[in-house]
Amino acid sequence: MSRADDYSSVMARRTEIMRCSVGIDYGSFSTGKLAFDYERMMAETGYPLDEVKRIQRESNVGETPLIELKNLTALVRKISEPGRGARIFVKDEANNPARSFKDRRASLSVHNALMKGYPGVVAATSGNYGAAVASQAARKNLSSIIVQEVFDSRGFEQPEIAEKGRACEAYGSEVLQLSVGPELFYVFLLVLEETGFFNASLYTPFSIAGIETLGTEIVEQTRELTGRDPDAIISTHAGGGITTGTARGVLKAGSPGTRIIGASVNLQGLHMASDRDFNRKSFTTGHTGFGFPFAVWPDRSDVPRNAARVLRYLDRYVTVSQGSVFYITEALAQLEGLERGPAGNTSLTAAFSLARTMGEDEVVVVNETEYTGAGKHPYAQIAFARKMGVEVFRGDPSTEKPGENIVIPMKPGQVAASEVDLDRLRESYVKNACKILGEEREITPADLDFICDDARLDRGRALELLTENGVGLSLGRKEG
Amino acid sequence: MKAKKGDWVQVYRVVLEAGERAPQVPEDTAKVPLEMKVKGSLLEDSAVPGDEVTVETAAGRTITGKLVAVEPPYDVSFGPPPPELRTVGRELRKILAGGGCRHEQG
Repeated sequence: MSRADDYSSVMARRTEIMRCSVGIDYGSFSTGKLAFDYERMMAETGYPLDEVKRIQRESNVGETPLIELKNLTALVRKISEPGRGARIFVKDEANNPARSFKDRRASLSVHNALMKGYPGVVAATSGNYGAAVASQAARKNLSSIIVQEVFDSRGFEQPEIAEKGRACEAYGSEVLQLSVGPELFYVFLLVLEETGFFNASLYTPFSIAGIETLGTEIVEQTRELTGRDPDAIISTHAGGGITTGTARGVLKAGSPGTRIIGASVNLQGLHMASDRDFNRKSFTTGHTGFGFPFAVWPDRSDVPRNAARVLRYLDRYVTVSQGSVFYITEALAQLEGLERGPAGNTSLTAAFSLARTMGEDEVVVVNETEYTGAGKHPYAQIAFARKMGVEVFRGDPSTEKPGENIVIPMKPGQVAASEVDLDRLRESYVKNACKILGEEREITPADLDFICDDARLDRGRALELLTENGVGLSLGRKEG
Repeated sequence: MKAKKGDWVQVYRVVLEAGERAPQVPEDTAKVPLEMKVKGSLLEDSAVPGDEVTVETAAGRTITGKLVAVEPPYDVSFGPPPPELRTVGRELRKILAGGGCRHEQG
């Protein structure tokens, strides 16, 4: 009997395909209508920190240098009030084998695939994670397939994603290059079903456990270099993995006072599933198109329960403009001798702005760099943006309109991080949770506790928001 | 360009026709098909672009599609240094080297 491979038939089989390809019975962690035991899921299906360290050491992943950016710090102090201008450090994750922090996630996912006896791994990713999975799979003698969204209906390939596809092929992967659209997930399911390979999702407990070492290393290295805990760590926020994993590692390293700050490139106004908008953006990740939706509902991911849950950890969330990131990427090369990829410098751009408001004695750590290369470089992106009809000029970056122009700052003082109201995101989270309930208008006390933890809300505010959405709390077991 | 068995080629196929797109896609995306390209070794004895062919991919799968490229290059480039960035390094060095009032330079 042959299976039907049309879109709706395959989507209808997604739960079963996911269960087989991830090997986690997510349902066993459910504790309510919405609630699940996040920490138990992380503890029972992930790996303990010491084991993660061992696996990563064997895979040549992690233990990357923490570099003080002395010239950028000096520049910040030149344009700040007296006594302001925190010391800026960056974790040089481009030193990993496939040259980004994604190797931390991939090393655990691929290790798990090998331990569980899967013949290969598949990942749906247009980012650095593809190269990371391909690289780790090569080392462990597993086949790999990477599914990417690369080109628009005119055949124009986003240069950065084209480069990442090349890297995947260099490591021996089969790369499925797709045009624009969320049905990438349908192709991904078909591949998982046909091959029986492991779903090396970015959002499994393995993937997030792999990032915890980034947090612990930052705390340990900052203590060693400065004699203090990091005052703030800034990460580029897209799907939530790096922020969640880093924050968990920071807590495990015993530094609860470190502020966790997320930063995304502002792409508001561009539709992420639009064929037209696809090539009118110069950043393919680390942007608000992923950052906002994943913050307000993490379980939109390719696994039923996303292990990356940023509202639990974020103390602040800011956005920066595309032009500002290109400017700071150029500054990093010219003033610090570090030529690194622009997407990873989103958090550095935010750090440059936020350091101005912090004391000179404080330490802000940017938790990643990524490699740069042809296509994955401000020069290539600016040339491509121009070809796609986007204007590029020097000016005030606060006037930048995503998809219409890229405004490169005239002077460093114009690099400014814009605050995102986390309370608004928490409200959206509760709204989404209520939508998931469907017709059901009551939640259990366990659900309420879960919402409070997951969106970092106090009980009173959570109840208020639930009421606004027409949902109440059931106080006991339902009668009849 | 003619390809022979074992050559590294790229094939193309339509995964979903314009009318079969997912219900949630925006209008512009719904109007165009979901397309796919993949590379592999040609399994036919010979073929020319436009032929329906089968390839064996790097992961060992066989995939059929229309032959679109033979030994396709990686031609993505850095492009020219844009004038908007070319002077940034010098401008910042000047600020770093300068003395005087901190606020005037921001």
